Amino acid sequence: MNQHLPAQIFMYTAAAFAVFGALGAAFSKNPIRGAMGLLVLILSIAVMFLSLHAEFLAFIQLIVYAGAIVVLFLFVIMLLGPSATSPADKRGLLVRAFGGSLFGLSAIGLIALCVNSLLKTPLEVVPATEDFGHVNAFGAELFARAVVPFELSSALLMVAVVGAIAVARGRHTDDDAQGNAVARQSSATSVAATKES
Amino acid sequence: MGTDIPLFHYVVLSGILFAIGGIGFMVRRNVLFSLLSIEILLNAVNLSLVAFNRLRPQNHTGHILTFFVIAAEAAEVAVGLAIVISLYRLKRTVRVDEADLLRN
Repeated sequence: MNQHLPAQIFMYTAAAFAVFGALGAAFSKNPIRGAMGLLVLILSIAVMFLSLHAEFLAFIQLIVYAGAIVVLFLFVIMLLGPSATSPADKRGLLVRAFGGSLFGLSAIGLIALCVNSLLKTPLEVVPATEDFGHVNAFGAELFARAVVPFELSSALLMVAVVGAIAVARGRHTDDDAQGNAVARQSSATSVAATKES
Repeated sequence: MGTDIPLFHYVVLSGILFAIGGIGFMVRRNVLFSLLSIEILLNAVNLSLVAFNRLRPQNHTGHILTFFVIAAEAAEVAVGLAIVISLYRLKRTVRVDEADLLRN
C-alpha cells in the first residue's frame, strides 16, 4: 500500500497502549499497578515523540520519567506498604461522580470541537529539517532563547529537593530522639567492642 | 522519515489522555492516584505541545516548553511524594479527605 504502513501500525499500537496505560494508572485498585500503568503510558508517549521528530525529548522522557519519577513512586508506595491501598469508600461518591462526569463530558465536547475544526482546515505538516529535534539544534535554541528559564529551572529543582527532604523528614518526636540516642549508644558500644577485639 | 499520520490524531489522543487524567483526579481519593493522574495530565499536554511544534519545524518552542514541563514535573513529584509521606506519618492514611488540618 504505502511505505509508511509499518510506522503507522507502530504508532497506533503505541496510542492504544497509551490509553490502556492511562486507564490503568488512573483507575486500578493497587497503586503498584497504577505506577506500572504510568510506565506503559510514558513508554508509549516516548514512542510518539520519536514519530514526531522529537528524538531528544523521547530520551529525556525515558530517563526522567521512567528512570526517576516512576521509581520514586514505587519507592514511596513500597515505603507506605499495605496502607498505600485505601479501602473503597462510598462517602461523597455522588459529588465525585458528578465532578468526574462533568470533566469527561466537557472533554468529549472539546475533543469533538477540535476534530470538527481540524477536519475543516487540516494541519499541514511541513517537512522538517535534518536536525529538527536533535540535541544539537535543540540545545542551540534552548541556550539562545531560554537561558534564564533554564537556569531558573535548576534553582527550582534545587529548592524542590531541599524542600522534599525538609518536608519528608518531619519533626523529631521524643521517641525518635530516644531511639536515636539508643542507636548511637549501641553503635558506640559496638565500635568500642570492635576496637577491643 | 515522515510517517504520514494526520497531526490531529495526536491531538485527539492527547485530549483522550487529558480526559482520563482529569476524571481520575476528580474521582479517586487516594492521594497516590491523584499524583498519578496529574502525571497523566502533564503527559497529555506534552504530547500536544510536541505535536503542534511539528507544524513549525523552524523553531523548537514546543520542545523547549515540554522540556521545562518535564523539569517542573520532576520537582512537583518530589515535593508531592514528600508531602504524602509526611501526611502518612501524621494521620496514618493516604486519603485526600483525611487531610483537613486547615479546616475551620
